[in-house]
Amino acid sequence: MAKNFKIGEMFKSGIITNNPVLMQTLGICPTLATTSSVENGLGMGVSAMVVLIASNVVISLLRKVIPKKIRIAAYIVIIAGFVTMIDLILKAYGPSLSKSLGLFIPLIVVNCIILGRAEAFASKRTVGASFFDGLTMGLGFTFALFIIATVREIFGAGTFLGHEVFGSAFQPASIIGMAPGGFLVLGIIVAVIQLIQRKKKEKKEGNA
Amino acid sequence: MLTSLFQIALGAVLVENFIFNKFLGCCPFLGVSKKVETASGMGMAVTFTMTIASAITWLIQHFILDVFGLGFMQTVVFILVIASLVQFIEMALQKMMPALYSSLGIYLPLVTTNCAVLGVALLNIQNDYNFIESIVYGFTAAVGFTLAIVLFASVRERLEYSDIPKSFEGLPIALVSASLMAIAFMGFSGLKVV
Repeated sequence: MAKNFKIGEMFKSGIITNNPVLMQTLGICPTLATTSSVENGLGMGVSAMVVLIASNVVISLLRKVIPKKIRIAAYIVIIAGFVTMIDLILKAYGPSLSKSLGLFIPLIVVNCIILGRAEAFASKRTVGASFFDGLTMGLGFTFALFIIATVREIFGAGTFLGHEVFGSAFQPASIIGMAPGGFLVLGIIVAVIQLIQRKKKEKKEGNA
Repeated sequence: MLTSLFQIALGAVLVENFIFNKFLGCCPFLGVSKKVETASGMGMAVTFTMTIASAITWLIQHFILDVFGLGFMQTVVFILVIASLVQFIEMALQKMMPALYSSLGIYLPLVTTNCAVLGVALLNIQNDYNFIESIVYGFTAAVGFTLAIVLFASVRERLEYSDIPKSFEGLPIALVSASLMAIAFMGFSGLKVV
């Protein structure tokens, strides 16, 4: 069986070089809204990853059946179906998580990462490749949410997954946990990435 | 009646601004805010769609989904309605108001994947608004979105010419300015009609 994709490379691309949030700036709304705590961020990341994998596989299976002209509508229905399933599962087994994520669970439907991967990848490739694409992109999304949420929870509340980090004397900067902090932390993280990229590039040019 | 409507409007535009407080519609907020002109075009397209979508999804929820006990289909039905509504608005505008179409046309397809539209439809149901309140909420939330994106675009236009640290160029400085604007909007919290 000839495989035209390399799993290791896909992982690197999904999580680092083409990270959907940090590199491509897709799916900013859930990123900012759910990262006030690590638990919410991970919950959102994993839910979106499950929907992404499932919709990628199904769309890839149906790629020869779906007519070109109405493909976007068909993708949206498939994605919305899986989102409804996740919504119901979370309501049944994780009511507290479901409550704190609230509106953003149904809003996974309009997450541009999922529709973007469906259009750019799953509609053209085999089922296996689409599965791994969903997995790696989903992991990248979860990873980005995890980093942002970690920073925001540690500085905004002085905790990590609910455990105190600095002891009780620490005065948390609660603004980091609120709306403005979301924009600020994401902005600084993207700036750091741009700095690293620039340094790398300069090093390469220096060697050449 | 009128006070409660005014309360909803004030809340949607300033106190709980969709972008700075609820994080709904951030993708277009960051994506099409490089120029004031495009930002206001996007704002108008969103206002148009959100008002109509609020009305239609409310009717569907109360006269179809609730009647037949299909509440769990909400997400699927709403997104389909919004997607087809956007298509329909596009066609209708093209036929009836070509001038408006030529200025809004390119933004309309982008509105489908704007989470603010689906978000407002779901919030209307969650908050138990009646028909009129839903329309007012949809319209004013969109006005809040337009206000935010136009203000932000004018900030970004000036950023173009300012001296920014190299690593902060592009998206990071935009996010930092959005953060400062969000702090400014926090000043409205607690604002109430007595």
